Amino acid sequence: MVNIGEKPEGLEGQGFFATSLDKVIGLARANSLWPLPFATSCCGIEFMATMGSNYDLARFGSERLSFSPRQADLLMVMGTIAKKMGPVLKQVYDQMAEPKWVLSVGACASSGGIFDTYSVLQGIDRIIPVDVYVPGCPPRPEQIIEGVMKIQELAKNESLRRRHSEEYKRMLESYNLT
Amino acid sequence: MSELNIRNGGQLVSSETIDGEIAILNLGPTHPATHGVFQNVLKVDGERILEAEPTIGYIHRAFEKLAERRPYNQITPITDRLNYCSSPINNMGWHMTVEKLAGIEVSKRVDYMRVIIMELARIADHLVCNSVIGVDTGALTGFTYMFQERERIYEMFEAVCGARLTTNIGRIGGFERDFTDDFKHKLNDFLKTFPKRFDEFDSLITRNRIFMDRVIKAGPITAERALNYGFTGPNLRATGVDYDVRVMNPYSSYQDFDFIIPVGKDGDTYDRFMVRQHEIRESLSIIRQALDNMPAGKHYTEVPDYYLPPKDEVYKSMEALIYHFKIVMGETPIPAGEVYHAVEGGNGELGYYLISDGGRTPYRLHFRRPCFIYYQAYPEMIKGSLLSDAVLTMSSMNVIAGELDA
Amino acid sequence: MSNIGNQQVLDAMRQSFDADVLSASEPYGLLTIEVNPSRIIEVLEFLNKHQELQLNFLTDLCAVHYPDDAGREIAVVYHLHSMVHNIRVRLKAYLPIDKPEIASATAIYSAANWMERETYDFYGVKFLNHPDLRRILNMDSMDYFPLRKEYALEDETRNDKDDRFFGR
Repeated sequence: MVNIGEKPEGLEGQGFFATSLDKVIGLARANSLWPLPFATSCCGIEFMATMGSNYDLARFGSERLSFSPRQADLLMVMGTIAKKMGPVLKQVYDQMAEPKWVLSVGACASSGGIFDTYSVLQGIDRIIPVDVYVPGCPPRPEQIIEGVMKIQELAKNESLRRRHSEEYKRMLESYNLT
Repeated sequence: MSELNIRNGGQLVSSETIDGEIAILNLGPTHPATHGVFQNVLKVDGERILEAEPTIGYIHRAFEKLAERRPYNQITPITDRLNYCSSPINNMGWHMTVEKLAGIEVSKRVDYMRVIIMELARIADHLVCNSVIGVDTGALTGFTYMFQERERIYEMFEAVCGARLTTNIGRIGGFERDFTDDFKHKLNDFLKTFPKRFDEFDSLITRNRIFMDRVIKAGPITAERALNYGFTGPNLRATGVDYDVRVMNPYSSYQDFDFIIPVGKDGDTYDRFMVRQHEIRESLSIIRQALDNMPAGKHYTEVPDYYLPPKDEVYKSMEALIYHFKIVMGETPIPAGEVYHAVEGGNGELGYYLISDGGRTPYRLHFRRPCFIYYQAYPEMIKGSLLSDAVLTMSSMNVIAGELDA
Repeated sequence: MSNIGNQQVLDAMRQSFDADVLSASEPYGLLTIEVNPSRIIEVLEFLNKHQELQLNFLTDLCAVHYPDDAGREIAVVYHLHSMVHNIRVRLKAYLPIDKPEIASATAIYSAANWMERETYDFYGVKFLNHPDLRRILNMDSMDYFPLRKEYALEDETRNDKDDRFFGR
């Protein structure tokens, strides 16, 4: 008997498994996150190594990279975001459909990194809400994979009403997002 | 007939009336991940491109201003992030520039070690570029094969300096540690097995009918126009001019090595691809020669003013302690002067123009970035070609966004 | 033809532009000539078209800011290269800070187009007759020239840096 993964709490019987809806949806979402690789610089090359066969992000359900925000679940921001690029990032985030998660990969995306200069945005959380930060310059592929696994944890345990709640709406308003 | 206003960041750049067939297409700045962030506004007639207007600066990180703030040994991490696919070459170029300014002469062993590291980085850079040309034509398999080989190169860099991609490798005067047995073992393994794997990649793509039909005659440029635009590196060699900084202004004992410079004929995408393929093979031969003829000696030069003394001496002798303190605090005695040093980077002549006023940090450091200079020619190269050829031309020019914007 | 060296270049320059060659030196073996900024186009044309010297490759174009040198604050530096003879030459033209204008080299070298835009973006040097002189790397809405020495590296409008952690 091989155990592939943790099964959620539920009622099991011959040929059926009954559990709550949000657990099933959480499981489905977590294991098929389609990332949008918003790769601007060096972290993008480490991402390409992560997608390669040695570290293989596709095992985690991210087989299909989507470069169109309309079809992506996870926005992976990898690399330095300059102030000139900020509006573009905000527009891409806006275009994604709920539920969406944001993974900030690398020191530059999380906080500006070593570039404390006039032209670099000191962290993407100044313009969009971020779920998981992956530190490193650039982070090793294993770290990026851990970041994706943490997003999977968030997706698995998220309540179905979260995106419609007052608190979420207030958070989006604080970023001036509709 | 309708009126078309092109705005750039809210400002009206141009305004004209166009007839219904011509469309404005925005290519970027969010490309599919491989190329980097730059934008091209194309005016297309169906699929044929009439005009292109590039916009860059989406990853401008102000390296030149940042360098005026940092002492000389802290600038190496910034140079990493120029052409980040081959960061050891940038690091070595910077060390050589400072050594030229300070008048330090490094030993032959250090030179040969630098050559091995730089050629490995060049192989890594060309592998990215050629795999990505394959991906843009739809051949994803070559990408996955070659990235596996790049992992082996990353492991070798890790054995020397501890980092995979942005290496900060080497020091002013040599290397931080000698090549370990593990590194030599990995390198010998690589030299034995990589040529076969590279031949597999070659056999998949180079004489593939579909690939050749797509890339031959895509994005050509003549040698005269290329020279006028300041092209260097594989893009210039693809047009037929055999200019290579390693041969013309040899540095780091490159004159001891025997290698050919591959040149193309038409300057189109196929020639750029093939020049890089041959350069990978030449780099393997150079590494083999360097490894076979490596002179004995230390992995650093005795310049205690710039190179950290060994740690046990720091704990025992007073001078070593003082040197250690001064170097860590950034008080290295660099003489005033100005120097220009160029190395052959993965994309061409990477130049460092350094002006020092004798202080702790450079007075002015300017990077002569090959990507920035040859990307200007992109609108001219794609004029009149189809949209799919424009994408291939861009990926074959190997424009790395970090080097474009600095 | 490799008997063309720094001395020949300097002699040819002095012969044709005697009054406009303001000084010459050879730091680290690279011939550096200071020229009169109003004659820079003639100098570049001369070196480009010269049959023997063939200094016809523009390697680099940048600027340096010397705030203490009154009347000569901005230096525009051109690096030229002759691939045939393997000589490099550096030309410098000094401009005053209140009127940093110099003619554009785009007509001779297409490579100068973006290099001059970058120099304008960083230092505010106006290149006359440039086909499209506007900012290239910074945002168009920026109203100062960041690489001049009087401006700081960091973003002045940041208010979240805690001085305790930065040693201030």
